[in-house]
Amino acid sequence: MSAVIAELNALVLGLFIITTIAMTVARQIGACMQLFIVQSLLLAASAFLLGASPVSWHLIALGCVTLASKVVVIPWVIRALVPGEVHQRRELSQTIDVPAALLISLGLTLIGYAFALHLMRSAPSLSPGNLAMGIAGLLVGLFLLAVRIEAVPQLLGILAMENGAFLAGIAVAPDFPLIAELAIAFDVPLLAFIVALLARTAYRRMGTTEVGGLSALRERVH
Amino acid sequence: MILLIPLFPLAAALWCAVPRSNRAAPFVTFAASVVTLGLSLAALGAVRAVSEIVVVRNWIALDALAGLLLVLIALVYATAALFSWGYLSDEEHGRRVRLYHANFNLFAFSMLCIPLLSEIGLVWIFVELTTLLSVLLVSYALNAEALEAAWKYMVLTLLGATIAVLGILLLFWALHITGSTDFTWDGLRAAAPRMPYPLLGAAFALILVGYGAKVGFVPLHTWLPDAHSQAPSPVCAMLSGIETSAVLYVILRLRNVFASDAHLHVGTWFVTAGLVSVIVAALLILQTHDYKRLFAFSTVEHMGIMLTAAGFLTPIGDVAVLWQLVAHAVSKSFCFYAAGATLLATGTREIAGVRGLLGTSRVAAGAMLLGGLAIGGAPGFAAFLSELAIFKAGLLAHMYLAIGLLAIFIVVAFFGLLRHITHMVGGDPESRRRRLPAPCLWALGIGAIPVVLLGVWLPRGLGDTLLSAARVLGA
Repeated sequence: MSAVIAELNALVLGLFIITTIAMTVARQIGACMQLFIVQSLLLAASAFLLGASPVSWHLIALGCVTLASKVVVIPWVIRALVPGEVHQRRELSQTIDVPAALLISLGLTLIGYAFALHLMRSAPSLSPGNLAMGIAGLLVGLFLLAVRIEAVPQLLGILAMENGAFLAGIAVAPDFPLIAELAIAFDVPLLAFIVALLARTAYRRMGTTEVGGLSALRERVH
Repeated sequence: MILLIPLFPLAAALWCAVPRSNRAAPFVTFAASVVTLGLSLAALGAVRAVSEIVVVRNWIALDALAGLLLVLIALVYATAALFSWGYLSDEEHGRRVRLYHANFNLFAFSMLCIPLLSEIGLVWIFVELTTLLSVLLVSYALNAEALEAAWKYMVLTLLGATIAVLGILLLFWALHITGSTDFTWDGLRAAAPRMPYPLLGAAFALILVGYGAKVGFVPLHTWLPDAHSQAPSPVCAMLSGIETSAVLYVILRLRNVFASDAHLHVGTWFVTAGLVSVIVAALLILQTHDYKRLFAFSTVEHMGIMLTAAGFLTPIGDVAVLWQLVAHAVSKSFCFYAAGATLLATGTREIAGVRGLLGTSRVAAGAMLLGGLAIGGAPGFAAFLSELAIFKAGLLAHMYLAIGLLAIFIVVAFFGLLRHITHMVGGDPESRRRRLPAPCLWALGIGAIPVVLLGVWLPRGLGDTLLSAARVLGA
């Protein structure tokens, strides 16, 4: 990999983790979706950069599938199925305030970095930064999932985690047989479709998409 | 022939998706499931003769262990399809039932593909698909409780799948370093001793946690009683009876990859995680108020028992695990048919709300008693024999503390189950006598046959298959 590509990739990785952290503090659901689209674009950019020299058709295919699935299809599915009013709403019930969320995300990024360093001691990787930022992205996505109760941000938390896993994956397993392409091409749009369908049903039946806050099914103790 | 097996449920799903097939959908689903069961049995018979059938090298293959799981999935699919026929017809006719059957067949398709695949990445995709294709079945009732259960099920199991995929990517990285490219069960086991310890350790932790969330190990089990109680009963039979086992199968097949490095203490982790699940589930069984949740907690307990026994890392332990897997699949699916019959007869899931079930529906009461005794592990049932085999394996492996705890909490769970069930069956009837739909009666009758027979008679073919399958696990 040439020095220019490596530096460009480092820039992409930096933007990737900043975007992921921004998702945890974005209150408006529409803004959270825009940030997810940017995060997916950055994952595709990293795949194109790593696949450019030497040429890896696996990585280029992964970049193309990511663009088609996560930048085009998923936002379209969610906008088509989830009522428009939901996208404009500010999620005020987020359980942690902005400074605390930023601090926790920063801590998770450092943990991801330390974990990646530990793994890289035993084996070389195509791009060490991808592994570190990928694991950090997965952990911050997990945090996003934990603090949100609205359906769409929770879905975006899962997808952000998956973007993190695949950002790490393209550095350590660039010729991984088909799984990433197939998963992104079929599983992820299906997931978005089902989540959007559930969110729409919840909105119609209960007047809310705050599905993460439902708690009627707890075990009762007399 | 093997490739045809998942194609029948897929074809049935396409048929049911076509408008105007409302009335035919239950029959088409049942017919597809019967053909699938026949083909699966034939495939298992063929595998026993040659030890492994490779359809597409490194992608699709069937051995005795995969064949055993395939037959169990097909068996539960067939009885659940029959039960669905009667269970849904009383509620409503029309488009929703047709779409239920289309989704039900797709769910069966995704599960049937798991044992047929030998490429680990594809197996992960199909494990994720089992969740995606069953979420809308869990939310079928479309009330607040069902939507909450479906949401929790989806979020927690997909969270697990995302954690597991990082573990799988690390495993592929570790394989790559050894110079091998066979990302299959056998390829991984052959290369495992040469894999770097930090990668293997991280992959083990991520995969156990990720797939463990889908199996329902404590503390990642919280979605399981919700989903397994809110879904329609035949779907619960599929989820509890076989879906959890199908994911446990993936963990079992990867066990020896990780056990190749003694520093990982795989056996100790399995025993510890398994015992925690058994203990917590047994205590939850005592205090639950919903009879479908009762059986769901029993699934957490059984998954824990199997993980504990798999942690013994001995051949006899593996035979016992697989025997327990068979006993659990047939008994737990039957328990959910009994629960479905009780719900049809009484209209409530509350244990306290059901009294005198014997007077309301003799069939539901009899099925509840039979299912409770079978899944609790009463003498004369398959789970009793498999649990005895697990105790024996534990004693031979000198795991005295684990066996002691296992014995205590299996007994606690047994009495917890029976206390609730006898409360429901006895007393004066609170609702008038109701007759169950004929397909439900047939499903209960057919489902009861293996529950009763396997406790007193182990067919030679099944015994041989268990031994061959345990050899595939190769502790």
